[in-house]
Amino acid sequence: MNLQTDPSQGESSDGAPLSEADSDSVVVRFAGDSGDGIQLLGGQFSQATALDNNSLATFPDFPAEIRAPTGTTYGVSAFQIKFGSRHIRTSGDAPDVLVALNPAALKVNYEQVLRGGLIILDTGSFGERNLKKAGFEVDPREDGTLKEYRTIEIDISALTLEATKPFDVTQKEALRAKNLWTLGLVDWMYGRSLDATETFITRKFGDSAISQANIAALKAGHAYGETAEVSGDIPQTRLGEVKFESGEYRLVSGAEALSWGLVAGCKLAGIDMTFCSYPITPSSPILHILSRLKNFGVTTFQAEDEIAAACSALGASYTGKMGITASSGPGIALKTEAIGLAISTELPLVIVDTQRAGQSTGLPTKTEQSDLFLTVWGRNADAPMPVLSARSPGDCFETAIEAVRLATKYMTPVFLLSDGYIANAAEPWLIPSMSDYEPFPVSHRTDPEGFQPFSRDDETLARPWVKPGTPGLMHRIGGIEKADGSGNISYDPDNHQLMTDLRFAKIDGIANDIPAQTVESGAEKGKLAVVGWGSTYGPINRAVTRMLAEGYDVSHIHIRHIWPLPANLIDLLHDFDEVLVAEMNKGQMLTFLRSQCGRPIEGHLKVNGQPLTIHEVQDAIRARLDK
Amino acid sequence: MNVQVEPAKLKAKDFASDQEVRWCPGCGDYAILKAVQMSLANMGAQPDNTVFVSGIGCAARFPYYMETYGFHTIHGRAPAVASGVKIANPELDVWVVSGDGDALSIGGNHLLHLLRRNVDVQFLLFNNEIYGLTKGQYSPTSQAGQKSPSTPQGSVDAPIDACTFALGCNARFIARGIDIQAKQLGDIFTRAQEHKGASFVEIIQNCIVFNDDAFAHFTEKSVAKETQIHVKHGEKLIYGADGNKGIRIKPGAFELEAVTIGEDGVTEDDILVHDETNRVLANLLVAMKPPEMPIALGVIYCDPAPSYERAVQAQVEASMANGAGDMDKLLRSGNTWTVS
Ligand code: SF4
Repeated sequence: MNLQTDPSQGESSDGAPLSEADSDSVVVRFAGDSGDGIQLLGGQFSQATALDNNSLATFPDFPAEIRAPTGTTYGVSAFQIKFGSRHIRTSGDAPDVLVALNPAALKVNYEQVLRGGLIILDTGSFGERNLKKAGFEVDPREDGTLKEYRTIEIDISALTLEATKPFDVTQKEALRAKNLWTLGLVDWMYGRSLDATETFITRKFGDSAISQANIAALKAGHAYGETAEVSGDIPQTRLGEVKFESGEYRLVSGAEALSWGLVAGCKLAGIDMTFCSYPITPSSPILHILSRLKNFGVTTFQAEDEIAAACSALGASYTGKMGITASSGPGIALKTEAIGLAISTELPLVIVDTQRAGQSTGLPTKTEQSDLFLTVWGRNADAPMPVLSARSPGDCFETAIEAVRLATKYMTPVFLLSDGYIANAAEPWLIPSMSDYEPFPVSHRTDPEGFQPFSRDDETLARPWVKPGTPGLMHRIGGIEKADGSGNISYDPDNHQLMTDLRFAKIDGIANDIPAQTVESGAEKGKLAVVGWGSTYGPINRAVTRMLAEGYDVSHIHIRHIWPLPANLIDLLHDFDEVLVAEMNKGQMLTFLRSQCGRPIEGHLKVNGQPLTIHEVQDAIRARLDK
Repeated sequence: MNVQVEPAKLKAKDFASDQEVRWCPGCGDYAILKAVQMSLANMGAQPDNTVFVSGIGCAARFPYYMETYGFHTIHGRAPAVASGVKIANPELDVWVVSGDGDALSIGGNHLLHLLRRNVDVQFLLFNNEIYGLTKGQYSPTSQAGQKSPSTPQGSVDAPIDACTFALGCNARFIARGIDIQAKQLGDIFTRAQEHKGASFVEIIQNCIVFNDDAFAHFTEKSVAKETQIHVKHGEKLIYGADGNKGIRIKPGAFELEAVTIGEDGVTEDDILVHDETNRVLANLLVAMKPPEMPIALGVIYCDPAPSYERAVQAQVEASMANGAGDMDKLLRSGNTWTVS
């Protein structure tokens, strides 16, 4: 059985989607207090789902506060997963199923649930105080608030306490297992095995009472689904397996794939990495992951601030290592002076920007793609450098390798853009094999014969990279303009013109060393091209695929190399009657592309801290083609 | 039979680059440059293993004049860049050249962390109590009341003492010298270079253009003997033209005082012996200011501790002990599944 309502129904009167028109996928949203262990619940369910050969995409959505006051709406943590028997590219728009572990979680989320969708509530947490804290004047179960949904009320709190009673755990510890009880129930609904989670619990808590209590709660939730009296109410769904390309798979988050990609890039370059960074949301997981990979020749340095992180990474690059730094919006702003120095001294440097929402502190845990201007144009003077963006968690691996390749080959800093959504989201990933990648070994110059610090390679225009410690090659570099060739300080106006032109030519030339722009879906020319970059890949691609199926003449173009743009991109865009950029900002790629290609381009723009939805992109396409 | 050929001993001029030195004529920086080049020659330093890193300011031009590796970076950030250099390659001998504005104003945070982490670099702070390169504004070490283009009525800022700051940052090596005292500077540089960990050296430097004679009240030959004390570990804190002045703990107080031996019943036994490992004494010594007290020069504090970059390197080596990581294995760690 499937949870979908009639696909033909379209939209309800107030505009909320009634159906996803997908009978081969399900969207489940878990929501609870930030102390309820929602992210763990979501992660474990994702793992079990992946092991069942379903395709999936996830969206963890948590508050900025580490422990917001319990029961409040701003303390609600959520985790959405879309899974199915076809390839899933987004974490879904409206949930088919909402599991709300307290009234605040219900309050924040119920309106997004599909009309006719299922809401599972923990009634044990629906006391008067919690209702009040959530801002419900009247119990929403009684005043018709939920009449458009199917609700199942279960006292999960009490059942968890009951299940854990035999074990020597405190009431507080017992109640913490509520998420596992819930997981057991949802595992049962979708026929998931409990094995992986049991192994996880045992690994985490050993043979302790807590371990046993947690496993008991998990099993109790599962058994609850199975019991005859209730199974009539709780729907069970089995989705077929996806025909994945053959190979070995794992779940991967963007932060993991990006970190591993950086390590892989350094391996392919044949140099060790020095990673320097300062804690900031949502970039920090990269520092955490890399600090555990010292056996891969990775040295990590938690600097005193963002500026020092960029400067020390550059110092490491100066010694011949791959210096890398990472941050998010406000932290990137602080690094810009050091990036200018990297451009001036023509040293390799990779700067990872895991973009987050909003100017200044903004919304640190929410997602946005609003650092395009900052990375392409956000430096004093004419300071060109390559900018790349990853489109999905798995794609972070490839893009990170590409960033290291360009940085070392062209002796330049490179921006690598990710965002809060990609960093935290997980997807099944066909694990690549390192032998599939062509190494790009770095050769540090050692020959003193005819050495000039700012001589250039004929093909790439890169200058030689010399490690201090190399006999006979002592030289000085710095941020003052350098004479062409010798690198000595030069205030000569003509030389400044020449050096600026050379720095531009070097970066422009990269356009010939990157893959030509391809069209993801649809024809190479036609009525409408929807252009995206970064994490909007999933919703745009799904929307375009659906519209193609409905017979619309629409194509999807997704840009990885933002600067320089692929050499054929401008011509490609001119082959469409209309171009629509869909992005999570106020029009940065839009303005950028208009400046580069001088043709009318429109935008579908959104900055509400949430990923684009498939529906809104479809609507934007319809609005242009149904004229 | 193998004949070992000693590499020709380098001279000071071998450490001078071919670049024309462009400080104002008469600037104290010239003397410091000569003293550094001379000391490097004397200590047998390898030019190709030596790196000079600087920020922005008059002093920051220093690397261009050295026939070594050099990196002229951005304002205040030299300690951060140097930390990256040293972490990435602990074998390099790294020197940082900075000024009072560069090190204590815009770059104060980085200097703090370089010192408390104990990164093995020599940090030379040229203190002229003024912004030279930007044409004479007052600096964080300028005396209160300093008139400058930005303080026409006199500065109302309280100045910071460079060595006191460094001690507060838990620096393990603190020394102070004067630009024109080449011999003493050479001794300090040698000690600083030998010291494993961050070595902080304040060099009193005369800016002849914007702050001339700011230090004349203790650097002038006519007053030097009475206003300077050159401290040496294990020796009595004695100074003065007649060698009869000394530093003792003021009876009944927790402070130092300058006394004359033979006057008011003071004997040589009352005079303190310099112990460079004594942090409390170091704090009192760096705070001494003429005319009430002589200025303390030489190695004021030296109490080595393991250096940062070696500890970082040790963790990497320990992680490598069981063999280098295998990328393919890493990608397959945790739960995986196979689709056939
Ligand atoms: S301005 Fe002062 S410190 Fe700078 S070079 Fe001239 S004399 Fe020296």
